[in-house]
Amino acid sequence: MPALPLDEAGKYVAGAYVVFVTLLVVYVAIIGSKIARIERELTDLTSEDDK
Amino acid sequence: MYSKGFKPLAAATVVALATAMALVFFYAPLDADQGFVQKIFYVHVPMAIASLCGFVAGGIMAIRHLRSGDSSWDMRSYVAIHISIILGVGVLATGAIWAKASWGHWWVWDEPVLVSFLVVVLLYCVYYPLRFSIEDRERQARYSSVFAIAAGAFVPLNFAAVRMAEAYTHPRVLSQTGGNLPGEMRLTFLVSLLAMALLFVTLWKLELISKNASMQLKRLKRRLAEREAVAA
Repeated sequence: MPALPLDEAGKYVAGAYVVFVTLLVVYVAIIGSKIARIERELTDLTSEDDK
Repeated sequence: MYSKGFKPLAAATVVALATAMALVFFYAPLDADQGFVQKIFYVHVPMAIASLCGFVAGGIMAIRHLRSGDSSWDMRSYVAIHISIILGVGVLATGAIWAKASWGHWWVWDEPVLVSFLVVVLLYCVYYPLRFSIEDRERQARYSSVFAIAAGAFVPLNFAAVRMAEAYTHPRVLSQTGGNLPGEMRLTFLVSLLAMALLFVTLWKLELISKNASMQLKRLKRRLAEREAVAA
């Protein structure tokens, strides 16, 4: 197949990079929320222990 | 335990990713054959290499677990495989986009490189049900390690088999003669590969930090509950 013109190729290239960034952001958000939950539970435990 | 050196590693990863993106879009020349679509190569191939190396690394860590009996190696192996599967899904998605742009089809079943990668990802999808169907922690770790070693050995064998196959329809970018890429493209590719490798290690460490903190929290809760029970 001949090379696609820039305007048509752009959406495919953007699509590929968006897939990569989305995977990365979703993964980091999930791990970040887990770490935040752990931090919250630790704070609760510490305050309970202080009582 | 795992957080040592995490911040500089994360910073290096961000710098490497930004440099790679800048090189991809402002430095690397357009491919004479594929044009702008070839830019997908700089995310697709490094991601595939990182994913496959992650599977093999997971197998090596599983060997260390079986040899030492140290469960932290099982956790390292599990996280490496987990991130490799996520990258593998990214490889399949970006590969499908590239295939549509280059060949006019989202998927080509008679293309050995694509199908063999799909086989590897599907093989590793079995890892989760296998691992989480076993309740006993020690057995879970042992069985998962055996799977990780067997599957990790399959990855390079599969790669070699595809290379030795007669029908070469996929472009061979990395050959034994040092690659078919011109200088600027090769530099861009190598920086992208380095960025992807750093990203893999950063995400691996991040997940290990999270898992380690979660385990410590559970242990602490158990200890507090025991103390309360004794006091009562």
